Amino acid sequence: MSVKITYDGAVMCAALEGELDHHVAASIRREIDDAVTRDKPRELVLDFRGVSFMDSSGIGLVMGRYRIQQEHEGTLRVEGTSPQIRKVMRLAGLDRLAKFG
Amino acid sequence: MKLVNQMKLTFQSRSVNEGFARGAISAFVATLDPTVEEISDIKTAVSEAVTNCIVHGYRDTIGQIHVTVKIFEDQLVRITVRDNGCGIEDVEQAMQPLFTTVHTGERSGLGFTVMESFMDKVKVRSVPGKGTTVTLDKRIAARED
Repeated sequence: MSVKITYDGAVMCAALEGELDHHVAASIRREIDDAVTRDKPRELVLDFRGVSFMDSSGIGLVMGRYRIQQEHEGTLRVEGTSPQIRKVMRLAGLDRLAKFG
Repeated sequence: MKLVNQMKLTFQSRSVNEGFARGAISAFVATLDPTVEEISDIKTAVSEAVTNCIVHGYRDTIGQIHVTVKIFEDQLVRITVRDNGCGIEDVEQAMQPLFTTVHTGERSGLGFTVMESFMDKVKVRSVPGKGTTVTLDKRIAARED
């Protein structure tokens, strides 16, 4: 799994690619958090278009980034989720927490 | 119920094997011609069960994880994921949504909730100090071509 971080003004996009599970979650988190802590984006977009699989490790990833964004009054948007990923996220109520694009 | 096919896997409780386990099991179940949703459900539940063995069962040690997949003639898939780790003191509590004993690494405590939502039946047997066995059942719908 990899993450590519790009910027569009005050919006930071973290595009994820591969399978998101417990094995890779910590390193992906670190990579995103380094950039978010440094740049404090107004909006963080987690782009799941390239994610072919996600288990509950992804719930922690979204919830943790939501909290970090709240700390500096930023927002979180989740984009490009497949039906399988949406099913996992809905179980945790993430659809009520973050904006879904 | 008549058993029509079976496979067994044993691998070390290293997190790199999470992907291997769900890949191998989904390839075996693919012989039943499941839908994309059915195979995704099984992969997700297996990933949760195997991750539980690694994160909770064996914690900071390395042990063996044993997986058996049985296919019965009525398209019932029964997956058993077993570890010989620390076991669970209170299974009912462990299965509650958001319950977790690991507070590092942003674990959501929804592993069993995901398994129960994505499979038809989930059974957990555990003996503290001996290990845990999770049994996951899902019937693959017959498809008319």
